[in-house]
Amino acid sequence: MLELRGIAAGYGGTPVLREVSFTVPKGSLTALIGPNGCGKTTLLRAAARQLPLLAGEILLDGRPVSSYGRTEFARKAAFMPQVRSVPAITAGALVAHGRFPHLGFSRRLRPEDRAAVQAAMEATGVADWANRDLRALSGGERQRVYLAMALAQDTDLILLDEPTTYLDPGRQFELLDLIASLPGRGKTVVMVLHDLSHALRYSTQLLLLEQGRLVQRGTPEELYAGGQLDRVFGIRSRRAPDGSYYFLPPFA
Amino acid sequence: MPTLPKSYTRTWPPSSPERRAAVLVLLTLFLCAAAALSLRCGSQDYTLAQLAEALWGGGSGTVRRILLHVRIPRTLAAALAGGALALSGALIQAVLNNTMASPNVIGVNAGAGFAALLAATFFPGAGRMPMASFLGAFLTALFIYLLAVRAVLSRTTLILAGLAVSSILTAGSNTITLLAPDSLAGASNFMMGGFSGVTLAAVGRSGWYLAAGAALALFLSVELNVLQLGEESAASLGLHVGRVRFFAILAAALLAGAAVSFSGLLGFVGLLVPHMARRLVGSDNRWLLPAAALLGGSFVLLCDVLARVLFAPFELPVGIVMSLLGGPFFLYLLLRRKGGRVYA
Repeated sequence: MLELRGIAAGYGGTPVLREVSFTVPKGSLTALIGPNGCGKTTLLRAAARQLPLLAGEILLDGRPVSSYGRTEFARKAAFMPQVRSVPAITAGALVAHGRFPHLGFSRRLRPEDRAAVQAAMEATGVADWANRDLRALSGGERQRVYLAMALAQDTDLILLDEPTTYLDPGRQFELLDLIASLPGRGKTVVMVLHDLSHALRYSTQLLLLEQGRLVQRGTPEELYAGGQLDRVFGIRSRRAPDGSYYFLPPFA
Repeated sequence: MPTLPKSYTRTWPPSSPERRAAVLVLLTLFLCAAAALSLRCGSQDYTLAQLAEALWGGGSGTVRRILLHVRIPRTLAAALAGGALALSGALIQAVLNNTMASPNVIGVNAGAGFAALLAATFFPGAGRMPMASFLGAFLTALFIYLLAVRAVLSRTTLILAGLAVSSILTAGSNTITLLAPDSLAGASNFMMGGFSGVTLAAVGRSGWYLAAGAALALFLSVELNVLQLGEESAASLGLHVGRVRFFAILAAALLAGAAVSFSGLLGFVGLLVPHMARRLVGSDNRWLLPAAALLGGSFVLLCDVLARVLFAPFELPVGIVMSLLGGPFFLYLLLRRKGGRVYA
């Protein structure tokens, strides 16, 4: 579905990422993990075509992402940035913006657009808030509405940057359960996750980044067994008898 | 779902198209009422019946002359200038994603005024006024926008930079009016802004600019809505962010430049009215832009009527009335919103 070949990307000509190559299989839930400043967000933004590549190429369905037209790409990949603005519009209006790449020249919502908006809002459990002001929603509610917008965009690929920031633990699990259900709807998800235990618990594939390079890639079990986690994060990772992961400080 | 205080579940600004359409209809009626008032009131008050009679050729010649050469041009000018400046303000606020901005605050009006005075001095001829003030407005707006993008200014810094640009251009205008006092008849009126002595010809010359600016603005309204989500989200929805911003700035400059060319430097309406309109219909630009235009026209018309009648037969500059009325109201809007960061 998504394939990165030796990419380098960064800001102002200075690469933050170097020589990153991996593939994201269709229907997978891939988490990008790594310490602060390792280039997770840069990598996601490069995949979302928000950042020009300094080297290498990114293929989406076998075609370089740069070869897609703007609208064409927006119909293939949705991107939810880390910083999301909160305009004074209703939740329903925000979700409807997800249909923008599908609209014709008149920019009017057709019946099928309205149906897609409704379906996305029902899938994320936000249909009841359609007429509520976005600013009056809590952080967790707003996050679900943003996810509904990404679903309404009706793309195969969904890129999420830190979807759980600012949420309390209960809302984090709610949102992650929702995200984990997306592959069942035929979506492929790539997300940056700050929380290591969430990443290990929910994803099917993990990519561990360190100083702009990919140091390990694999399933949660493979990553846990690989031993790189402890070194990169400076922690000791442990596994409880129920299979969940937890982490201890580095000193013995 | 936790129960919310009632004030949160209220859906105001109105979310249903019917209710927002009703607000627009009311605003249109309000504009018509303000225009009727502006036609009636002045140094001499007339009834609508007298005016209608004069218009169809009856009644006294004086009434007819006043109506055709004073009241109608003035009413048209005030309504169009107010609408154009308010629409321009709403556009600039959308492009810069900054509700503190307006054509007056970031120097677009000052740029239009400076260019208009410059043209009047070096290339005399009333026909060049709209083009000159449009170019002045456009170059200033583009400069401020590039400053915001290239230097990655914060919202507050951008406003301060705009104020600096504005005061440089105003200084330039003042220099011209001092060195070449005859370059523009009524230059001091121009600097203050106002509609005394405005002619239909002057308004007519900027008609195409107004029409083009307004059409472009309405055409861009859905794109500007998407832009509200932030640059990254908008781009990931397939919006050509740079192009939309460029055309929105072009529209804002067409409107502000045209308004300045016949009304002079009217401040405040471009900042205040979009805020009022946002409270009435919310920030969906499909509704906000027309609402701002209608409300801007009404506001300036009413201020102009007050300017004429408050100390009749003396006339106040309309800018003074606008600041006296609008200033306290704007403060009230800001203070009521204390908790929200909408206007931050």
